[in-house]
Amino acid sequence: MDAGNEINVRGKQRFTPRLILLSILVPLLNLGVHTLIFLFFRDSGLPPMFNALLAVIWGIFGIYSIYFSLNWVVEQYPDKWKERVTPYVFVGPAVLLLGWLLFLPTLRTLYLSFFNADSTKFVGLANFGAVFTDRLLLTALRNNLMWVVIGTLACVILGLLVAVLADRSSFERLAKAIVFMPMAISFVAAGVIWKFIYYYQPGDEQIGLLNAIIIQFGFQPQGWLSMVQPWNNLFLIVILVWMQTGFAMVIFSAAIKGIPEDMLEAARMDGAGEIRIFFKIMLPVISGTVLAVTTTIIVFTLKIFDVVMIMTGGQYGTEVVATEFYRQLFMYQNAGYGSTLAIVLLIAVIPVIILNVRQLQKGGNL
Amino acid sequence: MKRKWKKNGSMTLMMVLLFSVVMSACSGNTGTTNSSQTGTEGTGNPAATTTSGADLIKTAKVPAGSELEKALNGEYKGKKVTMYGPFVDADEQKFNASIKAFEEATGIDIAYEGSKEFEATINVRVNGGNAPDIADFPQPGLLEGFVKSGKVIDVASFMPDDYMKQQYQQSWLDMAKMAGPDNKDITAGVWARSSVKSLVWYNKAAFEEAGYTVPKTWDEMMKLTDQIAADGDPAWSVGIESGAATGWPATDWLEDIMLRTTTPENYDKWVSGELPFTDPIVKNAVTKMSDIWFNEDYVYGGRSSIVTTNFGDAVKPLFTDPPKAWLHRQAGFIVSFFPEGLPADQYDWFPFPSIDEKYGTPALISGDIYAMFNDRPEVRAVMEFFTTAESLQSWVKSGGVTPPMNGTPDDWFANDQERRMSEFVQTADTIRFDGSDLMPGSVGAGTFWKGMTDYVSGTANLDEAMQEIQSGWKK
Amino acid sequence: MRKKAKAPRRKGHWLVNLILGIICVVWFIPTLGLLISSVRPAADILQTGWWTVIPHRQWESVSQIKLDRETDLRKPIQVNGQTFQDDQLKAGVEVGDQRLIWENRRSRTVDVQEKKWGSSTNFTLQNYETVLGGKEYKITQPDGTVQTEQGSGMGRSFWNTIAVVVPSTVIPIFIASFAAYAFAWLKFKGRKAFFIVVIALLVVPLQVALIPILRDYTALGLNGTYFGIWMAHTAFGLPLITYFMYNSISQLPKDLFESAFMDGASNFTIFSKLILPLSVPALASICIFQFLWVWNDYLVSLIFLGSQPEVQVLSMSIANLVGSRGSDWHLLTAAAFVSMLTPLAVFFALQKYFVRGLLGGSVKG
Repeated sequence: MDAGNEINVRGKQRFTPRLILLSILVPLLNLGVHTLIFLFFRDSGLPPMFNALLAVIWGIFGIYSIYFSLNWVVEQYPDKWKERVTPYVFVGPAVLLLGWLLFLPTLRTLYLSFFNADSTKFVGLANFGAVFTDRLLLTALRNNLMWVVIGTLACVILGLLVAVLADRSSFERLAKAIVFMPMAISFVAAGVIWKFIYYYQPGDEQIGLLNAIIIQFGFQPQGWLSMVQPWNNLFLIVILVWMQTGFAMVIFSAAIKGIPEDMLEAARMDGAGEIRIFFKIMLPVISGTVLAVTTTIIVFTLKIFDVVMIMTGGQYGTEVVATEFYRQLFMYQNAGYGSTLAIVLLIAVIPVIILNVRQLQKGGNL
Repeated sequence: MKRKWKKNGSMTLMMVLLFSVVMSACSGNTGTTNSSQTGTEGTGNPAATTTSGADLIKTAKVPAGSELEKALNGEYKGKKVTMYGPFVDADEQKFNASIKAFEEATGIDIAYEGSKEFEATINVRVNGGNAPDIADFPQPGLLEGFVKSGKVIDVASFMPDDYMKQQYQQSWLDMAKMAGPDNKDITAGVWARSSVKSLVWYNKAAFEEAGYTVPKTWDEMMKLTDQIAADGDPAWSVGIESGAATGWPATDWLEDIMLRTTTPENYDKWVSGELPFTDPIVKNAVTKMSDIWFNEDYVYGGRSSIVTTNFGDAVKPLFTDPPKAWLHRQAGFIVSFFPEGLPADQYDWFPFPSIDEKYGTPALISGDIYAMFNDRPEVRAVMEFFTTAESLQSWVKSGGVTPPMNGTPDDWFANDQERRMSEFVQTADTIRFDGSDLMPGSVGAGTFWKGMTDYVSGTANLDEAMQEIQSGWKK
Repeated sequence: MRKKAKAPRRKGHWLVNLILGIICVVWFIPTLGLLISSVRPAADILQTGWWTVIPHRQWESVSQIKLDRETDLRKPIQVNGQTFQDDQLKAGVEVGDQRLIWENRRSRTVDVQEKKWGSSTNFTLQNYETVLGGKEYKITQPDGTVQTEQGSGMGRSFWNTIAVVVPSTVIPIFIASFAAYAFAWLKFKGRKAFFIVVIALLVVPLQVALIPILRDYTALGLNGTYFGIWMAHTAFGLPLITYFMYNSISQLPKDLFESAFMDGASNFTIFSKLILPLSVPALASICIFQFLWVWNDYLVSLIFLGSQPEVQVLSMSIANLVGSRGSDWHLLTAAAFVSMLTPLAVFFALQKYFVRGLLGGSVKG
């Protein structure tokens, strides 16, 4: 919107008054119409079902009509301007929303990380110093590293394995549905499910599957998530792998299906084994997808929060950066430490960003 | 392609609709709260049931000229007061039943919103400029930060001192004083509910059958513990697991023992951070606790089950047949974790006994303080209403809460045990508030819980654990 | 043509099926535990493992032996002419094909058991009824009568969730796809910088944004409205979806665009007529992920919508159901299953779109 107006001013001689009017009117009209609908929804006491359906209709058609109308205006522009403005119409809403709702808060967090607990005194890098010396926070960093390395590797490898196997198996749909299913489960529900696996209670009768199994083998039941330190982190990571492998699997599966069959057939003709084909042909072709999935899961494990919070509450040496961040910021009201921890996450992700930007430069050369 | 999409979209919609039809068929009523009078257990006489809400309210001593009086005269009809707190589920229902009479009499709508994530989200709400009119803080330590930043209204600005003194004991009023932005103390809120913590619960029927007697002193209690161990059972059932709050029951134990092994002054110093956790006084108290906790013969399931047992499940071994454990130290609210339908004559409690005669049998208490974030006349009226025992009537009668305010008729209590709790607090030698609730969040809801858990699970030894807890104090 | 190419693919090798089968079984066991537990009575769930519903050999009581009440447990104990230690009887000791174990140690009763086939077959729909219809509470009224209050069921929160989730899924995907198209195929100033920021924002914990957003929302009157929460979910989902859609769109073949441009198509036309249909697999998968994320979200809704019954979403009513007593596992199991149904339905509905679109084979190297 802004870009459009600015260009209006600069390129006036080529714009007819009608175009200028349109460039102003259409955004305003959009704003007005949607404000009116918004007010209608806020003040209407519709029954929940109608409310939901109408809201859904508004949400979907609203967003389409905004793009459509803005694009329609830009289409009227002289060619040269059209080419310049269109990208901004396309990325504009994303950039504006992200800028307002995520980027500015992040800048604020960076700013707060240099201040003390109630943000009244500038302390320089003291918070960062504290984060890297405090024993609890160091444990959190160590655990987070475990999550990122083990969790990501396991998810990506298993996801790839299932995708490849499913492609060649006789029950592809069923297998994919089963591996995907945990993704549909909320973290609260996953917490219950895994309590039935890890649960420990005094006495002979165990209702946790793992303990029941090891009793069969003549071992003592264990408090898997609390007493078996530091391996309890691994037991938590298993939960994540269980839930997120479905994500990797779905994406990989789509990519593998996209590999041209003649490419594989040619290799088979040459007498290459299936494993060789996988490493020499499939993997290079889907490398972009592998990077995307790995990036996503690394980011996810860096931010890992719910699994830990629900299963152990960050107790018994299972704290991670995000749980500590949550505690510091909200429960201890220490904005300094909390913000610093969020910034630590941002620093940790820099290598991943560099990798992706390289890919962008390599790929997006149009 | 497009056609396919459409077809599939409608399929999804159909499934969603199907699902919802199943749901509404099962639920019968969609969402609204309905209530049905069973009344079979009702003991009230017909005369009582016809008493209107307004009359019930007017029996409270309403100060003349107050907003509450105006509210009762209907001046704030149709106004809405928002409230945010940590209790949900059954407690929310009890709360709503308790305020119904007030809402009917005044026409003020008290919109209560409960969330289990209260502790974390109240901070976001207040700092995000969306504070509720009234918030219920179960940990006064959490409230202190808001008082300090000047977000909380001083209730003394509209509630006269003599009225407050008439409603509460002085010790409650003192505990509501917190330092404001200019370091001057303000009255940060009103106490709305309390819980007595120094209680040891036991299975009365089995206890009597086994011929045990209620211990009066620590030594007697240890003797009883030994005797039960000799009879082949662990005496105690202890559980400190509580999700992110794991460890809090251990802090309660420690506080209770602190009160019984040192002076109240030292306890206060400890709570305010002047007496460090690494002090021998504190270590001595922890050792006393470990005498029971770390003795595999004394605790059901042994040490490792303490950290893995949920605090609410820990009481259950007392009520199996035969009991797997015999004693359980926990606050009064634990009755709602008792097996459903357990008659009141089956269980009982005795005060956590005195260790050193000098310090008697103190009562450790905790409470919820209601703080006010927006100053409007109708909010004032509601706050004034919360200082009256009437605001808790249903809740007290349904059990599980001890009113902190004066003037609760004895016959309101659901049973004798509940009444005696209230009596215990009134007559105790010393009353002190739960220390971990008063300490700043980084200690009281942070390193204290964590350190105790690490100590019990064996991750840290006594010295390490105490140092770790103490580290929460430095900023 | 594609179908034909697929046919000779070697499907169903036994080793492949076996390995995949094992993985599937492992993956399914936890969910199976949930399903079975959700139809078991509350007491059973906490007493016996869910797998006991499967018939198995278990010890069952055949008779009991009453010992002398005065038996000293610290000394060897005589049972049926044999002597045992207390510990042995605690854990159970096998004599022939029978097992001796304390039934009631206090009253000195020993249980004699034999192995028999058995399974715990108590099933109930009570958990589901409570979850869907609402809990019942017994509240003593001020006048002393006891009333049964019915808590709210899931119907209302289901519709609230729909109103939140569907636009919160569609809107960000729309916005992100447009942006991804621009990042991948259009030249403009700031392209690289914007892209770096988008990826960096992937890792920002959304919690840092709660307070600033709430402040703005309160000022703009957006708080507690559907529109506000759509925007919040959109912003939180955008980095991932943009990144994801970029990855998919940037891999489409270049000549496709060139020929379309030659034909004089505008960017908008290329996008909606060419790119979107070609990206259906990516759209379908990211759609599911965003749907799931919003469906299971608790914190964002709690902050921007609140948890009052009129606006409560499903995840909240489930969390509140468990309520003050943390151990209502039987309700959680049923609630978890109910809340899984809709995402699963969406998954199955979209599953066939996961495969590449019409031009599937072409991957940009």
